[in-house]
Amino acid sequence: MLTVDKETFEAEVLQAGDYVLVDFFGDGCAPCASLMPAVEALSEKYGDKIKFTKLNTTQARRLAIGQKILGLPVIAIYKDGVKVEELVKEDATAANIESMIKKYI
Amino acid sequence: MSKLYDVIIIGAGPAGLSAGLYAGRARLNTLIIEKAREGGQIVNTADIANYPGSVEGESGASLIERMKNQAKQFGAETVYDTIIDAELSGEIKTIKGLADTYQAKTLILANGAQPALIGCPGEKEFTGRGVSYCATCDGAFFEDLEVYVVGGGDAAVEEAIFLTRYARKVTIIHRRNELRASKSIQEKAMENPKIEFMWDSVVKGLSGEELLDTMIVENVKTGERREVKADAGDGMFGVFVFIGFKPQTQLYEGKLEMENHYILTDDNMRTGIPGVFAAGDIRAKSLRQVVTATADGAIAATQAEKYLAE
Repeated sequence: MLTVDKETFEAEVLQAGDYVLVDFFGDGCAPCASLMPAVEALSEKYGDKIKFTKLNTTQARRLAIGQKILGLPVIAIYKDGVKVEELVKEDATAANIESMIKKYI
Repeated sequence: MSKLYDVIIIGAGPAGLSAGLYAGRARLNTLIIEKAREGGQIVNTADIANYPGSVEGESGASLIERMKNQAKQFGAETVYDTIIDAELSGEIKTIKGLADTYQAKTLILANGAQPALIGCPGEKEFTGRGVSYCATCDGAFFEDLEVYVVGGGDAAVEEAIFLTRYARKVTIIHRRNELRASKSIQEKAMENPKIEFMWDSVVKGLSGEELLDTMIVENVKTGERREVKADAGDGMFGVFVFIGFKPQTQLYEGKLEMENHYILTDDNMRTGIPGVFAAGDIRAKSLRQVVTATADGAIAATQAEKYLAE
């Protein structure tokens, strides 16, 4: 999984051209930390078909709010600079993330 | 569907992981099925001070990490799946998930509980866009903004105090005219200059453009409703909800005996169906803490072992 930050988000996610998955997490967010291994596992399974990235929102608060994200964790799919689908908090389960990925590959 | 397990544990919170540890140690073929992530509610807790033996500065996440490793060491397997159906009766129990189907001779139900919702219009739509149930997850987004905390118990007041680290102002909205939180916590809140109170009030509606910026609050005594709008310069505010928990028992409704949606068991964690046990916050009991959840898990696993031997 590629780590992106407020400097690289534009190029790696918004301008990437193809579908990109972003795992939005934060420093104090324990559910984010416990979700991460499941997302890492999915990146090994689907990483050759879709780009997997993660963004620490604690260091990119404005960027996250600009993406209409005020609650973590969020797993989102972007295409051509637009967030096409997202799974927020309780909905961000391993099974839901996998079925979301399958729609875009 | 592949193998037949001795025991399937549903949920990887303290109850499920403790059951996994005991079952694994008893050399039972053990599978733990977790919906999203290990830990359950406890990972949302920044500070675990009352679990006997927890180290200083212990967080829910660090405690769970060690429990998880311990269960794994003793051979319990874990899969991530969302259960959609459970066949509890019969000698072989079948669990249907979104990804796969699983079978076992015994089941330990440790699904736990989830935060209770306000149940007002807009709450679902604005979860993650201003509505939150986890201060440590989302508090930082509200730096120098206004935040409302719904609830009046220990959790609500403690989280309100925590949120003053970030927010400009924190208003506690409570349906009564006094808090339920313990005295020492109340005192801390009363002394905090950033905390205000909205008594006798309930939230009746949440709305906004893309982010939460409007809330309807009703005074329960007068029935008067008023609209709370975000400060024009802010354009948004946060609402953090801490009004108790709801057991995750929807899957078992009509299949197991319950009280107030909590599963009834005997002292040995046995439900009314042979081979099906329940452990942790999902059970009807008087104290829901990590320490009682882990105890339940240990008892359930030991009883499952006994059941299998018979």
